[in-house]
Amino acid sequence: MDAIILQILNGLDKGSAYALIALGLTLIFGTLGVVNFAHGALFMIGAFCAVTLSRLLSLSHEVAIPGQVDFLGNPATRDVPYVFDIFGEALGSSIIDWAVPLSILFAIPIMILVGVIMERGLIKHFYKRPHADQILVTFGLAIVLQEIIKYYYGANPIPTPAPEAFTGSFDFGALIGFEPNTIIYPYWRLVYFAFAAIIIGAVFAFLQFTTFGMVVRAGMADRETVGLLGINIDKRFTIMFGLAAAVAGLAGVMYTPINSPNYHMGMDFLVLSFVVVVVGGMGSLPGAVLAGFLLGILESFASMREVIDIIPGINQVIIYLVAIVILLTRPRGLMGRKGVMED
Amino acid sequence: MFGLNKKDASLLLIVAGLVAFAPFLLNPFPEGSAMAQFNAGYPDLMQRFVIFGIFAIGFNILFGLTGYLSFGHAAFLGVGSYAAVWMFKLLSMNVLPAIVLAVITAGAFALIIGYVSLRRSGIYFSILTLAFAQMSFALAYSVLTPITGGETGLQLALDDPRILESASASEGNIPVPGLFGLEMRDSFEMVMGSWVFTFNFGYYFCAVIMLIAFYLSIRIFRSPFGMMLRAIKSNQQRLNYTGVNPRPYTLAAFVISGMYAGLAGGLMASMDPLAGAERMFWTASGEVVLMTILGGVGTLIGPVLGAGMIKYMENIISKINSDILHGWFAFLPDGLEDLVVTMIYPFIGKGWHLTLGIVFMLVVIFLPGGLVEGGQKLANLFGRKKADNPKSASTEPAE
Amino acid sequence: MSKGNLTRRGVLKTGAVAGAGLALPTYLSAAGHEGFTNAPTGSTVTLGFNVPQSGPYADEGADELRAYELAVEHLNGEGDGGMLNTFSSKALQGNGILGKKVEYVTGDTQTKSDAARASAKSMIEKDGAVMITGGSSSGVAVAVQALCQEAGVIFMAGLTHSNDTTGKDKRANGFRHFFNSYMSGAALAPVLAANYGTDRKAYHLTADYNWGYTTEEAIKSSTEAMGWETVAAVKTPLTQTDFSSYIAPVLQSGADTLVLNHYGGNMVNSLTNAVQFGLRDKQVNGKDFQIIVPLYSRLMAKGAGANVKGIFGSTNWHWSLQDEGSKAFVQSFGTKYGFPPSQAAHTCYVQALLYADAVERAGSFAPCAVVEALEGFEFDGMGNGKTLYRADDHQCFKDVLVVKGKENPSSEFDLLEIVEVTPVDQVTYAPDHPQFAGGALGSCNNGA
Repeated sequence: MDAIILQILNGLDKGSAYALIALGLTLIFGTLGVVNFAHGALFMIGAFCAVTLSRLLSLSHEVAIPGQVDFLGNPATRDVPYVFDIFGEALGSSIIDWAVPLSILFAIPIMILVGVIMERGLIKHFYKRPHADQILVTFGLAIVLQEIIKYYYGANPIPTPAPEAFTGSFDFGALIGFEPNTIIYPYWRLVYFAFAAIIIGAVFAFLQFTTFGMVVRAGMADRETVGLLGINIDKRFTIMFGLAAAVAGLAGVMYTPINSPNYHMGMDFLVLSFVVVVVGGMGSLPGAVLAGFLLGILESFASMREVIDIIPGINQVIIYLVAIVILLTRPRGLMGRKGVMED
Repeated sequence: MFGLNKKDASLLLIVAGLVAFAPFLLNPFPEGSAMAQFNAGYPDLMQRFVIFGIFAIGFNILFGLTGYLSFGHAAFLGVGSYAAVWMFKLLSMNVLPAIVLAVITAGAFALIIGYVSLRRSGIYFSILTLAFAQMSFALAYSVLTPITGGETGLQLALDDPRILESASASEGNIPVPGLFGLEMRDSFEMVMGSWVFTFNFGYYFCAVIMLIAFYLSIRIFRSPFGMMLRAIKSNQQRLNYTGVNPRPYTLAAFVISGMYAGLAGGLMASMDPLAGAERMFWTASGEVVLMTILGGVGTLIGPVLGAGMIKYMENIISKINSDILHGWFAFLPDGLEDLVVTMIYPFIGKGWHLTLGIVFMLVVIFLPGGLVEGGQKLANLFGRKKADNPKSASTEPAE
Repeated sequence: MSKGNLTRRGVLKTGAVAGAGLALPTYLSAAGHEGFTNAPTGSTVTLGFNVPQSGPYADEGADELRAYELAVEHLNGEGDGGMLNTFSSKALQGNGILGKKVEYVTGDTQTKSDAARASAKSMIEKDGAVMITGGSSSGVAVAVQALCQEAGVIFMAGLTHSNDTTGKDKRANGFRHFFNSYMSGAALAPVLAANYGTDRKAYHLTADYNWGYTTEEAIKSSTEAMGWETVAAVKTPLTQTDFSSYIAPVLQSGADTLVLNHYGGNMVNSLTNAVQFGLRDKQVNGKDFQIIVPLYSRLMAKGAGANVKGIFGSTNWHWSLQDEGSKAFVQSFGTKYGFPPSQAAHTCYVQALLYADAVERAGSFAPCAVVEALEGFEFDGMGNGKTLYRADDHQCFKDVLVVKGKENPSSEFDLLEIVEVTPVDQVTYAPDHPQFAGGALGSCNNGA
């Protein structure tokens, strides 16, 4: 039982990452109809916002340590971050410690900007072009973004730990009446889950309860009519794109303590996020979120030793197997709208 | 000629000419000169050009004609290569049985996957094919290691049975693939002044097969079957209403293009008897999609150009290192030389992906019809007298 | 019709003599030539450095390339000579190899066997490379090794740790200086027993591909031999990035030790996840829970950050070694690039020097002569103590380092500390050891 609860937690946690990425993708791909292969790159850029901020915060100047030498025999130096000079050592080190959460503030404007520039500068011209062209241009863009990051940050993963207060794990089992030490779960993963829930809720609320959201939803359903009503739908779509980029970016920022970010992490998630969106059903935000969590949970169960022992290799293929089964039994995925990207 | 109209026949002839003289055309720079770095006329790359050309031609039959975007086509290429290598291991090093089995296996595999995937259309179809290919890759890399060789790839060993071959492994070296005694790696070189041209048997073997494949694809494009496929692309619903069931046609197209992929896989294994699981990874499937789009979807020659372009970047640009750059610009004053090298350096060598990405974007932004459109524009620039050139002749976008 | 791959440079010369500017088809048979693939005829010799420049191991590849460039400098008599000064064989004069200036070409393996072979082929066919070296994974090493055997050039493996490279997939033209899974197990086991006791219950997470299999087998058998029990061994997909669902059940299994048979990004992520789940703060069976990483590299340790502290593993070489060879190498690498070399850089540098030395001693670039010179070659002064290139499987036998993540690193490079230098006798095995069974070296191939 505890093993199952543990895997459900894992599934929810993986699912929150999938759902967040898929949510952003479905805004662009499922509703604007742009096959955006650069979406993974947006996730990756988000993660590197966190890396950049923590690097900026720990920018240092060298102070010589008397009497010590480095590996080449030159006098050894010690790095003192500038933040220490400004805020003092205690506050300075806790600012550096909290770099990842602080990056949220840093990432939101940057990601919106990236999204808007991408849409205005490039994607806008491709709404009416065949999907093939969209694939090529966004794939090209993804490679370019990825290579730029690689050029500046290298290919190696860069450790970006969570704040001290959130490292370690806590006994989740004891909380819900299990024996101590059976269900242990890291704090940060719970934070990630909560964060994802908030973002998903906020996006839904935004589209559901604001006039802006209403217009956008109308525009998704019938762009031409909304345009004829004298509403500038293009501008709203741009903002939507910025929003989608921000969602992807935030998913990336908060993901950095879970896995050290590297330049190709976007590509690792890209295919998966397309699968999630399509399984959820084209044009459906709730579908994407639901599919994200569903695949996350099933993937977790499939990686249990007991399951692998019965069906070897199931952990390798579970996501794709589930996708095939769902798409064959439900023609438009879980909650897809009729007629979106079906031809 | 060959049942082709004049335009297509001349296209075929031009392609045949280009392919036959590729060893010259791809080695325009004299050996030892600074530009020799850009020469692509060595056997391995020439083989790759035509093999990936076949792959892309096949893919275009499905995507270009029916509009069905398969995102798992590399699986068929992978299956084809595995089948071929197994033939080398079990039967003999003759490439013919290997290639035949590769095509048949890939076709059968495509039939199963196509039958299931074609129950859906649009993006749902793409994701189904992607899912099948990813499953094939994941299994081939891990649990199926005894059959596929897993990470290291399936390769030949000294103690393989090779029942039709007698005592060839006695020298302690594994025999190489050949065709009735002619080895695929046989080549002879021709020296003209400071130019060296390599003529490789394997390359010409692939080239002949590529021309046959290309010819067949022209026939398919021009046949009633091809018309039917185009009709499916333009309006499947209307076709349904007229009482035609499009499924058998799309399935046929899917299997044919799967067999092309298998053929390419079989040839790859024949040129280099090793089959790696990465051949089935989604990036490999994505690559053939990109090749086709880059060259021009639905055009006859486009996919081949796209394939050539991507393989050229991968094999030539990636090999330029800073040393070579310094060599090129050594004539500049020191400071300027360093500056120029620093500016170019991010785009070459390990930065070849960056260049590739930029090329993708530039092509799709400025040449919406792919490289073929670039050719067309050039042709228009030089007036109408070149209206018969291969690029313009082939451009009939099925959009 | 002639056979095989021919010498471009050789052809060029012949052609130039034969009559400049004349269209003169020259049928060439290598038999009437130098007798082996890409025999260098001019005043230079070309080596092919085939390293990952894109993909997850790009940084490791970049370090390998730095080492090769350094090796070329030293071979050509530039720079401070590095390990040439400490190498026990004094055949190399610093005037290139056999008096020919060393030139090199580079390529990108992309850590894919197909791409690696394509890149190696272009070096052989287009650039006339007489030796290929490099790589950062066993899949690539095995694939390129087989290619070099077929083409008739020498392959000096870079970083490859799988038993298969010199086990079931060994080839006569291929040589490996790096250590292997078996040696990791044999070196680690006694240290683990000394530190963690002999009655541990181990839980293995294993990367689901060839290298993972051989490493799991090696660690399992050597730890079981000293009394450990293996509770479970779970395979994880190569493409996995989040290992939470594999890590979470570990504590419930009753295991008190986790062995991560992962490399590169897999290892960085699985170790990070394991530490996140608080495994290291737990007590199981009355013992502190421990994590082990059989194959360490400094670049990985860097990616995993603070999580590596106190975690045992093995490595081929580390820059903090204090023997003369290591010091000389670190000195010249550090002076040139500003930071200490990685183990990948070390093994590549040494391989380049060993090849050059073998050619020099053999007096010929012909692969069969080089093979003969390297087989059974004993040397010292290359940073690993006394080393033997065994003739039976072309594997180097040398001391293995058992290392531990450093608690208080003094710099971003000072991440590992050496716990023990396991003497070579302890990691030596018979050529027909079951973990290396199958496959045959075959005979050397001069190609052409």
